[in-house]
Amino acid sequence: MVEHKKNAAAYWKANLKLIWISLAIWALVSYGFGILLRPFLSGIAVGGTDLGFWFAQQGSILTFIGLIFFYAWRMNKLDKEFGLDEE
Amino acid sequence: MSQFAINLIFVGASFALYIGIAIWARAGSTKEFYVAGGGVNPITNGMATAADWMSAASFISMAGLIAAGGYANSSFLMGWTGGYVLLAMLLAPYLRKFGKFTVPDFIGDRFYSTSARLVAVACLIIASVTYVIGQMTGAGVAFSRFLEVENDTGLLIAAVVVFMYAVMGGMKGITYTQVAQYVVLIIAYTIPAVFISLQLTGNPIPPLGLFSTHTESGMPLLQKLDEVVRELGFQDYTADVSNKLNMVLFTLSLMIGTAGLPHVIIRFFTVPKVADARWSAGWALVFIALLYLTAPAVASMARLNLLTTIYPAGPTAEAIHYDERPDWIRTWENTGLIRFNDKNGDGRIQMYNDVPAFQETAEARGWAGNELTVNNDILVLANPEIANLPGWVIGLIAAGGLAAALSTAAGLLLAISSAVSHDLIKGSINPNISDKGELLAARISMGVAIVVATWLGMNPPGFAAQVVALAFGIAAASIFPALMMGIFSKRVNSKGAIAGMLAGLISTVVYIFLYLGWFFIPGTATFANVEANWLFGISPLSFGAVGAMINFAVAFAVSAMTEEPPQEIQDLVESVRFPRGAGVATGH
Repeated sequence: MVEHKKNAAAYWKANLKLIWISLAIWALVSYGFGILLRPFLSGIAVGGTDLGFWFAQQGSILTFIGLIFFYAWRMNKLDKEFGLDEE
Repeated sequence: MSQFAINLIFVGASFALYIGIAIWARAGSTKEFYVAGGGVNPITNGMATAADWMSAASFISMAGLIAAGGYANSSFLMGWTGGYVLLAMLLAPYLRKFGKFTVPDFIGDRFYSTSARLVAVACLIIASVTYVIGQMTGAGVAFSRFLEVENDTGLLIAAVVVFMYAVMGGMKGITYTQVAQYVVLIIAYTIPAVFISLQLTGNPIPPLGLFSTHTESGMPLLQKLDEVVRELGFQDYTADVSNKLNMVLFTLSLMIGTAGLPHVIIRFFTVPKVADARWSAGWALVFIALLYLTAPAVASMARLNLLTTIYPAGPTAEAIHYDERPDWIRTWENTGLIRFNDKNGDGRIQMYNDVPAFQETAEARGWAGNELTVNNDILVLANPEIANLPGWVIGLIAAGGLAAALSTAAGLLLAISSAVSHDLIKGSINPNISDKGELLAARISMGVAIVVATWLGMNPPGFAAQVVALAFGIAAASIFPALMMGIFSKRVNSKGAIAGMLAGLISTVVYIFLYLGWFFIPGTATFANVEANWLFGISPLSFGAVGAMINFAVAFAVSAMTEEPPQEIQDLVESVRFPRGAGVATGH
């Protein structure tokens, strides 16, 4: 029981860490590159406009997809490693 | 064959398909009615979620909004997709593990309080009913334009079709019709976009075409567009915005609101396992992105096409003669969504940005005011006609617009009816109701919800556009924070959660009413809805994110001052965090 509790706590900690990392990237590409940092990226040209515009209209969506699949893959693996997956 | 006949064939065939699915996928138990039996494949569910989520707003309005606002309206693209990241990591897997039928189910159990459950039911019903009005009016517009029937007749046809598959099949019928509707709507959206991208840039993939070279001028497409709109006094299409705080908060409100919309959340109760809920969120976003990556391309290309139609020899040369206007302008003039007023009496159509800064240039060109007003909403629907595409593409767009509106309407109606039959009737009024009785109650409440939605669609309150903002504001400020705290904090108790939900809800609704009118009654707004009046420059549409922060702050503060939740509730929180032992969704 104690062993199980320790295991569960470590699993939850790993999940929270993964969420923090993912959400940092989530915020960076949309609020960062797409909005707040756009003036600083204006030097990088992308097809007639700048990188910030690309992130706002395409880049962040593509990153979001990557993030969700990465999270799903990593968590489903963690479920098994910690023996907490569904049979 | 006439265009009317083609439209009729496309819409009729798609409706026949939905009804066929309804007959095949009847629900026999509450489990089938609420969560489609809990055995939906994650990819199938992803596709159904995409159709559930992408409404008339995404299909019909969004590209028009981006075309009009350019970069500044990128918030819609990021906001309406970024919410899925939150859903996948912060809500869906845990709520799936919790394994019940509705969103208020979780809030009521986790905060061990019938009041909390009822507050959640109220938020859900307000958010969903306001949202469903938009879908019904969207369906009405599509019907009246493409099938030349009265708006009301169109709505009744739509209501009968939704009634058939939603009442008979519940979530089971809705899931499989949504899959079919997704296929219809994505084909309808993409095909015209591919043609237009080919015409303008030679690139058949619209998202790539957006950043390619405009064949005719040899300039990058976006640069060409910037140049044309600048000549007409508009702001550059790619121009940066100055009020970044508002753009950030608006995007955040849309993201949190998306993650908190009950009709989207309940879709994740239909998959077999927690792991599937995670995958399913990813698949949902893939299917959504197919449209959301195409939309900004459609937006910029349609704006350029529209302006080159009006100024065939360039924006500084003569505009097109009104008598020589293309047929699509004539057809849309009939609907009143395009209006022409020859202010300088030269018989030509001058369209430009009628602002003081541009007045001198306009006068020098002999212009006496903007003469053409084009409703943003027609952009996607008129797109095939603007680009001279064949008649069957127009028929496809008609079927696609209806698929987008009806699939979302059905999802919303299910969320409403399950809140009534499961949370109100079984949860509060008559807990001993049998499964058969509850199923009947669910069907009756679904029927009533459809009648109410149809009536509201026929008599739309004049504020349909604003109430959609209200739906997102409510979902963001009340439902999302309550769900998230219920999972990520063991310390938040019933008093904290209820106080938080009410504080978030009331602050958001009051802020919206202050600028848009109390209860949206025209003329009752306390302040004019202009940027100078907004608190810290935050628009009423962006306030949901602030409401959410208020909700979190109040909930933690009140919980810290009051007692800890009981041990069994802390155990419940513990159990939703770990996938083992989930089983299929149950009502018990």
